[in-house]
Amino acid sequence: MKKSNNIAAAVGIALLGSVSHGIAAEKLTYYCSAQEDWCQLMAKGFEEATGIKVAMTRKSSGETLAQIKAEASNPKGDVWWGGTGDPHLQAAEDGLTVAYESPMRAELNDWSISQSESAGNKTIGIYSGALGYGYNEEILKANNLPVPACWEDLLKPEYKGHVQMANPNSSGTAYTTLATIVQLFGEDEGFEFMKGLHKNINQYTKSGSAPIKAAARGENTIGIVFMHDAVKQAVSGFPIKVVAPCEGTGYEIGSMSLIKDGRNLENAKKFYDWALTADVQSRSLEVKAFQVMSNKAAESSPQAPDLASIKLIDYDFKKYGSSAERKRLLKKWDDEVSTLPR
Amino acid sequence: MLVTSADVQSGTRAGRVVMLWLLIGFAGYFLAPWYILEDGFFSFEWLDGYPFDTDYAPAAFLISQGEKIWLAPLILPLLLPLFVLKRQSSRLFSTLLIVAGASGLFYLFAQGFSIGIRGFNAQWMATLFGDLGDRQFGFGYGAVLLSATFLFYLTTGIASRGYINGDIFVVGAIGFIIAIVAIFIFFPIAQMLSSALRDNDGVYSVSVFISKFSENKIWGLGCLTENRGCGVAWNSLFLAVIVGAATTLLGLVFALVATRSGFRYGNWLRALTVLPIITPPFVIGLAIILLFGLSGSVTQWVAGVLDLQPTRWVYGLPGIMIAQMLSFTPIAFLVLIGVVEGVSPSMEEASQTLRASRWYTFKTVTFPLIRPGLANAFLLGFIESMADFGNPLVLGGNYDVLSTEIFFAIVGAQNDQGRAAVLAIVLLMFTLTAFYAQRRWLGRKSYITKTGKGDGGSHTLMPKRILWPCYTIATVWVVFTVTVYSMIIYGGFVETWGLNHTLTFKHYITTFAVGYNEFGIHFKGAAWDSFFTTLKIAAAAAPLTAMVGLITAYLLVRQQFHGKNWFEFGTMLSFAIPGTVVGVSYILAFNVPPLELTGTGIILIISFVFRNMPVGVRAGIASMSQLDKSLDEASLTLGASTWRTFRKVILPLMRPAILAALVFSFVRAMTAISAVIFLVSAEYNMATSYIIGRVENNDYGIAIAYSTVLIFTMLTAIVLFQLLVGRNQTSRPFAQSRTNVG
Repeated sequence: MKKSNNIAAAVGIALLGSVSHGIAAEKLTYYCSAQEDWCQLMAKGFEEATGIKVAMTRKSSGETLAQIKAEASNPKGDVWWGGTGDPHLQAAEDGLTVAYESPMRAELNDWSISQSESAGNKTIGIYSGALGYGYNEEILKANNLPVPACWEDLLKPEYKGHVQMANPNSSGTAYTTLATIVQLFGEDEGFEFMKGLHKNINQYTKSGSAPIKAAARGENTIGIVFMHDAVKQAVSGFPIKVVAPCEGTGYEIGSMSLIKDGRNLENAKKFYDWALTADVQSRSLEVKAFQVMSNKAAESSPQAPDLASIKLIDYDFKKYGSSAERKRLLKKWDDEVSTLPR
Repeated sequence: MLVTSADVQSGTRAGRVVMLWLLIGFAGYFLAPWYILEDGFFSFEWLDGYPFDTDYAPAAFLISQGEKIWLAPLILPLLLPLFVLKRQSSRLFSTLLIVAGASGLFYLFAQGFSIGIRGFNAQWMATLFGDLGDRQFGFGYGAVLLSATFLFYLTTGIASRGYINGDIFVVGAIGFIIAIVAIFIFFPIAQMLSSALRDNDGVYSVSVFISKFSENKIWGLGCLTENRGCGVAWNSLFLAVIVGAATTLLGLVFALVATRSGFRYGNWLRALTVLPIITPPFVIGLAIILLFGLSGSVTQWVAGVLDLQPTRWVYGLPGIMIAQMLSFTPIAFLVLIGVVEGVSPSMEEASQTLRASRWYTFKTVTFPLIRPGLANAFLLGFIESMADFGNPLVLGGNYDVLSTEIFFAIVGAQNDQGRAAVLAIVLLMFTLTAFYAQRRWLGRKSYITKTGKGDGGSHTLMPKRILWPCYTIATVWVVFTVTVYSMIIYGGFVETWGLNHTLTFKHYITTFAVGYNEFGIHFKGAAWDSFFTTLKIAAAAAPLTAMVGLITAYLLVRQQFHGKNWFEFGTMLSFAIPGTVVGVSYILAFNVPPLELTGTGIILIISFVFRNMPVGVRAGIASMSQLDKSLDEASLTLGASTWRTFRKVILPLMRPAILAALVFSFVRAMTAISAVIFLVSAEYNMATSYIIGRVENNDYGIAIAYSTVLIFTMLTAIVLFQLLVGRNQTSRPFAQSRTNVG
């Protein structure tokens, strides 16, 4: 046995040696919850700008929160960039992230600062996007359906089986939808709306942007998503039209947080400041990210939905981002809406 | 008292073995860094600041500086055997070895589990001893070496007691296999069970478990009474039964066509069996969407011809079912072709000589003989379907099944590890029941009618009334399979499927572009990184899988010991543990000290080794049973040790089996997704997890292009392997090997 063990160890080391990175270098472990190409752009851009080696993992914001929570007693990540704000706020609430006041704050939009302050400076807004929906023009036409313009329109019986949204249990986007509807119509009427919508839903997807991607590919007609996701499909050449609902709508603030007890805190702070600069934020257009960026001087695309022209509700991030309210609403949705027959 | 020569021999040998392990343990305690290195197990940053930097110091240095003094007692069991090295044949020698090994192992793990990253892990210890004011990270080189030393003290001690003829190698091998199976299979499962029993605050509570377990979302029967979905458990069960039955039927049809139809190209059908092994997850699902989705080619065409409104019919049960049947029919075929061929022609001839018609012979002779094979194929299909992750993820629609629900319980916004653990337990219950049933009913019985004793003749052909339906079904299915796979290849070359069918190399350029710069070849494509990581991890896992599998097979075939049945059950168990369950249990078990592996490449390698271990074992058993035992006996009689015999006689004769295990585990590691998706990290991103990211991002072209490259990489590996060892020798290990679950 002894020798076989030695041999095994030798073989293992020989083979694994090539897997490891043996060079001592400045490092940063970067969790990213935005789209893959944007994540890559940020990682490579930071490496080029600073020479710090970036190890990146891309997971959805929910997944990343889960990972940070699981690793809480032994954090492996340093900075968490992107993804809808609620999980970031929740991480702040759970004490998984640390407060940091970046010197870049003076250059940022007010909504970014106010969101940061609501979380005790443990997170900061990097972009924002309004909720809405998109529809596939061709399929709408093929089915002789009217063109929708408001939230209420989606309840029309002729849209039965044509609407898709994500499951609020698994997607931050869909939870924002639920919270928006509740804030827009009031809780009772809001839930009546969700029940009506439920009749028209063909599938609750797991991921937030899946409904509009399905619509783009012609697998669905109307997808309730963030408008910038819908714009992206339209710009990519799919027959998608974007709708900003007439009653007004909620929005998300894509955020960034420093992970508590991270192993490379100084590098993480460098990244944090760097990611808030106008130059870096303007590069979002390279990857067709049509959100509104938090740095006032950052360029935005002509195709991006203009937040100023959309009726935005006064979204209460503190209340609807708290885990107690989230749990309550999700449970109510589970019990009262998702179990209904369609 | 009589002292035989064997005793004396094993005595001196035991002394050498103990001395060697003592030195290794000594190195572990005094030289190697005790704790896991932040930069990875194989980085050498620690040489800087070694040995005094606390992060990199060996245990002895830590203690000499007054730190981590709870490691001090470990020196006693390490040095204990020194006192008896001169008195090897005495009973004291073996007793002391057993005591040293057992107490050392116990103390090592006890301290590891009780003192963690925040001081004492258990509240009662903090109350009892006061706050520790110190903490420790996971086991590193030092701790691993020392635990190996203790383990082999223990086994050598047991061997010196005369267990298994006092064979040190065999007892050590058994101990080693038991230890790694315990750590990497049973421990994670136990952690998962315990996490299912805790509420959100970490307090154990049976009522929480019961309420989570009996949840309506799992067991609800709404689909029977009203117009809504059933619980996920029923969904999974229903799907698995249908898929199991359908794949068995199709597999049987193919097996009959290949062997009993006089069909000349029957052997070509066998090539089909390689498909599920080399097909990355999702691709079949994607191809199904592109064919049968709302805007899929077939749906649109049918709707146009019949003037119907196209629907989303494929999302949900129908889609998953079709995709799983495509994926798993070849497995049933593999199982059944062996069974159908195994039926002795002379039995059928006897029946016909007695003037039975072909149909009557088939009904009364052939069919009963293949019935157990059918049950086996059904159970395999059942387990595969239960464990499948990729297809339901892409095609599930509103039809939730356990494997994907587990994933979303962990990763979704609900983020509930307890719920994931409960769901995993439900899934495990189903697969283990099927696994147990398979072994219980079929494992021990022999239906083999070929005895190798002058059984000439060839198989009778099928009666016509079976032949023609078989031909039809087989043809349709082959055409379908070929269509799906050509779609996959084609899909990588079009601009945007369903929208713009211009041919393009765009997707291949994005993923696999190669450029030149001042440093030489520069891999520019976005996929190279994950591709190389995958190759390395797969290549590292393959030899370890083969080694563990073959040692286990050797013990099972050649050695007799108490509890061998349990040993066999334990080593084959991972066959029935679905990948998602492995993933969940690994992150629960290996995220915290003492075994801190998440985020490393090692955890991926380990998960592959243990998930593919049953394959190595089966390949080993199959080929070892064919080696005459007199070969080993000759070697042993000539005075060679069992270790030497294993190395010089058995291993060389098993070359084909070793190669088969190597290639198989290499290929499996490249296509695995279900466990991998929980275990990948920033540095170690795997191909399949990259592909799932592209699928999520609507980049079907890239996902399909990457999958095609993977398919051809694996095909090359398999073809090279076939050329290397020759066809006949390899067919068996492969035939037996595709039994692991997705």
